[in-house]
Amino acid sequence: MNEQQTLWDFMRQQSDKLLEQTIQHIGLTFISLFIAVLIGLPLGIFITRKKQLSGPVLGIAGILQTIPSIALLGFMIPVLGIGAKPAIAALLLYALLPIIRNTFTGINGVDAAVKESATAMGMSKWQVLFKVELPLAMPVIFAGVRTATVITVGVATLASYIAAGGLGEFIFGGISLNNTNMILAGAIPAALLAILFDFLLSRLQKLNLKKLKTAAKILPLLLISLSSFYWLPSAYGSKLKAGFTPEFMGRQDGNLGLQNKYGLKISTVVISDAVMYKAAYEKQLDVISGYSTDGRLKAYGLVVLKDDKNIFPPYYAAPVVRENSLKKFAGLEKILNLLAGKINDSTMTALNYKTDYLHESPEKVAKDFLVSKNLWKPAGNGNAGTVRIGSKIFGEQYILANMYSMLIKGYTDYSVSTKTGLGGTKICFDALTNDQIDFYPEYTGTGLLTILQPSSKTVDSLIRSRDATYNYVQKGFQTKYNIKWLKPIGFNNSYALMMRKKQANDLHIKTISDLKRYLESK
Amino acid sequence: MIKVENLSKHFGKIKAVDAISFEVNARETLVLLGTSGCGKTTTLKMINRLIEPSGGKIFIDEKNIFEQKPEILRRGIGYVLQNNGLFPHYTVAENIAIVPQLLKWDKKHIEKRVAELLEKLHLSTDYLTAYPNELSGGQQQRVGLARALVADPSVLLMDEPFGALDNVTRSKIHQEFKALDELKRKTIIMVTHDVQEAFELGDRICLMDKGKIVQDGTPAELLFKPHNDFVRGFLQEQRLQLEFKAIKLHDLWAWLPAPQPPKRGAEITDDTSFWNGLEQFKFSASETLNINHGENSEVRSASFEQLMSAFYQYKKQQAHE
Ligand SMILES: Nc1ncnc2c1ncn2[C@@H]1O[C@H](COP(=O)(O)OP(=O)(O)O)[C@@H](O)[C@H]1O
Ligand SMILES: [Mg+2]
Repeated sequence: MNEQQTLWDFMRQQSDKLLEQTIQHIGLTFISLFIAVLIGLPLGIFITRKKQLSGPVLGIAGILQTIPSIALLGFMIPVLGIGAKPAIAALLLYALLPIIRNTFTGINGVDAAVKESATAMGMSKWQVLFKVELPLAMPVIFAGVRTATVITVGVATLASYIAAGGLGEFIFGGISLNNTNMILAGAIPAALLAILFDFLLSRLQKLNLKKLKTAAKILPLLLISLSSFYWLPSAYGSKLKAGFTPEFMGRQDGNLGLQNKYGLKISTVVISDAVMYKAAYEKQLDVISGYSTDGRLKAYGLVVLKDDKNIFPPYYAAPVVRENSLKKFAGLEKILNLLAGKINDSTMTALNYKTDYLHESPEKVAKDFLVSKNLWKPAGNGNAGTVRIGSKIFGEQYILANMYSMLIKGYTDYSVSTKTGLGGTKICFDALTNDQIDFYPEYTGTGLLTILQPSSKTVDSLIRSRDATYNYVQKGFQTKYNIKWLKPIGFNNSYALMMRKKQANDLHIKTISDLKRYLESK
Repeated sequence: MIKVENLSKHFGKIKAVDAISFEVNARETLVLLGTSGCGKTTTLKMINRLIEPSGGKIFIDEKNIFEQKPEILRRGIGYVLQNNGLFPHYTVAENIAIVPQLLKWDKKHIEKRVAELLEKLHLSTDYLTAYPNELSGGQQQRVGLARALVADPSVLLMDEPFGALDNVTRSKIHQEFKALDELKRKTIIMVTHDVQEAFELGDRICLMDKGKIVQDGTPAELLFKPHNDFVRGFLQEQRLQLEFKAIKLHDLWAWLPAPQPPKRGAEITDDTSFWNGLEQFKFSASETLNINHGENSEVRSASFEQLMSAFYQYKKQQAHE
């Protein structure tokens, strides 16, 4: 009950956005559908005339439909950029199959005697098509359009991945922010739209043959007018284009902070993390929100703008260790601190680049790094007990876990068991408190916001200082969980604004304040 | 007049129609008769160019049909097929009006013509706005016929037009068919595998087998002067009934009683079949039938027995020829 109340509140608060997204969603759906009909209908007719092509055409349309949506959207970016165009192109490709297939089946299903008598009475090929075949195939074709509509309404949620708007913005924003109301505010209208359009088209389909003639004329009009709902959400006003993830858009320590603390005004689209870096590289976007040690930073030649007003909370990485384990394994703390201060942002980015982009194994990357820093030693005999290392399920954590493992083996006689891939923060931390592992690498921001979760006032007072945050989590973990934060490794994997290196250099933008000044200059 | 010369159609290795020739005179009904698969439909469809022949020539009223645009040619040829081919999404009126629409007749003219045909074909005007699936099989077939006749084409092609009907409906439509004045002006080619139907409706019959014409002649010629055993065998089973239908009353003229003052009773013309003549005794209470000689307006009267005896004398003479 309470949940529903707040969902309602959320929808009321966000009613402008909800309306805008809904309209975009309808527009996207029907533009794509309209174009899909324009292509699919003639193509379907064509393959009834050239039957030997029906196999290949239906086959290709079928394959298109099995391409995962995200991948298809990704393929579109180099060709069509981001925003409405690639979204519409991708959606229409999904809508093609049911339309082509049903046109083909519908026309083939028209009674041969009826077609023959039409020809025999002296109708031309076109007259047979328009007066006989299409009207009689119309119910089947409508069924195809109906299927395509439902598919398109669903897939259109993914349009928000590439900055084309729609109800996906709420859905995926809600998922990243773990905000159920936000998810529902997007998902419920999307589902209702699918149901509504399906219902309306089913009514159209059931009309008798006489009314069908009128309906067949209404359908294109309907498609066009619904399509016009959509205006391209790329009415860019400023000199540069920004693309932010749905999560970043909704956070105080994200876009909201950029507006409040920096007064940054930049036209912004919502885009998925999966395609954002590439879109920046392809010059579809100029400024993106990312993570400061992401390997793609290097892969796509981007630089981080300095957060000179400290709005992004610090996410310094450091091992968190059970006090009991420190006692049990003498000398462990010293060994783990061997890495302290050794890896800065750009080094970590480079290491991530090797695993994420060059697909080197985390083990090799870890060893190469330790060798280069003269920290690597061959493994000892490993008979003095086993240290259990945990890690979360992404590349950076795998690399760190491997480094710690090699250091422990090299400098002590302990053996090591690594439990990598412990899902997210919650799973990893629970494993630690339940004595399933002895330590894992954690980030100060996560320790503060996800684990300790102090009042927002406390958070506000701490969040802008690296040391204050570190001290707070260190103390909190100690008293609450008997867990020790060791010295930070050095890098800060926080939110960051990024630009292409060349553009940033050309425009002399090094900090977020520089960016603001550039945007405001004439 | 339709003239077919050396017409062939090959589907791959199958010679569906194998170099056949025949002529149909104006206002004559020619029946293409034969078992299923002997090439009747293929022959018929080549005449309105639904199928392009592998070889041969076709002339309609001296004009080579392959020198005309197919659409134009077809608008001048009525076509009736077994499964009627009515447009399910058109009303009866719209179905009948298809060819006039193509010919761009004005609306009044179309309405008048449609109403006229409905009446001639004994269909109530209530059906004008009905859809084909709301009609019985017989009614659908009548609409199909009306649709073929609407623009008054001189040529009518019919492919087993009554094949899908039950026996009672079929014989009723046969009667109407013969009585319909519109059809009397037409050159008709009708395809059937039903020997009775062929004898009842055909002025002449082409009996086909394996893509060839085995015999081309009047029903009586086929019956009494079969070219070969195939023809004889084909007609054997229902021979007596066929003879009744093949023989016209003027064939019996010589054996009918000499002219007398006309008696009370039904009067029919001499081109009535013997079968239909006998049927007259069923319908009228009188003992005698007055037969009007078409050419010299002589009238002869005969009782049932006299008619039967004339029939047997005719047959005896045929057998001796
Ligand atoms: N389109 C076609 N392709 C191949 N063979 C055909 C085709 N149409 C007819 N035939 C063959 O031609 C022969 C004559 O067919 P058809 O004219 O339909 O016979 P009928 O009407 O006398 O039953 C049959 O052997 C039939 O299988
Ligand atoms: Mg046939």
